[in-house]
Amino acid sequence: MSDNRATMDTAPYAITTDPLNLDALITAVTSGSPDATIGPGGITSFVGVVRNENAGRRVLRLEYEGYDPLALRAFERIGAETADRWDVRIALHHRLGTLQIGEASVMIAAASPHRADAFAACRYIIERVKQIVPIWKHEFFEGGDVWIEGATADPEDDVARQDAIRVAGLE
Amino acid sequence: MNGNRVTIRLFARLKDIVGTGELSREASSDATAGTVWRTLMNEFAELRDYETSISVAVNEEYARMDAPVADGDEVAFLPPVSGG
Repeated sequence: MSDNRATMDTAPYAITTDPLNLDALITAVTSGSPDATIGPGGITSFVGVVRNENAGRRVLRLEYEGYDPLALRAFERIGAETADRWDVRIALHHRLGTLQIGEASVMIAAASPHRADAFAACRYIIERVKQIVPIWKHEFFEGGDVWIEGATADPEDDVARQDAIRVAGLE
Repeated sequence: MNGNRVTIRLFARLKDIVGTGELSREASSDATAGTVWRTLMNEFAELRDYETSISVAVNEEYARMDAPVADGDEVAFLPPVSGG
């Protein structure tokens, strides 16, 4: 991936207008650990990609806006929630700005000695991103544009958090 | 006039309604995030659509509408989020 302008930011949490790079997230969850020579056992990833259709509309592009400092704090919070429940190292990168159909908007990686933990953590993290991270999609479709509004963001809402745990499949 | 001012940050459709993502307003010494929001709603009636769905952050931390705000604070109002 070094032949394009994709980010090589190997921080666990990142918000960028550059194209995302899964290699950077894999590096983030595997490098520098005391058991690096042994390896984590398994790494799962999730890549969210801009779709060409939404609610019957033909989507042309998305423009993502975020409140960066609060979004990064929300990432850290999600990371702490995840580490409390599963034996994983995680990375979470989100892209902002104008994205074309097929481009990646979000990438998640989870490394664990146990594949069940890695899969569950990945699923939990994307659910929590959609619940509490202050990022918004401005959808441009054939015939107009609309701000997409999903969940009222409330990190203390335990019902939402329990929903995410349930979806992650362990309860 | 007591000279207390807060910076208000707005995002997504709220920014479109108000016409800017950042503005400054006076706040009384006993102001809360909620009083700042109500001041803004009085100015921009379309914001009333968000009365029950808004989230608020004070100085880049999620907060409640009853959180006090002081001179120089940044108060951000967040419509329902749609990342991912």
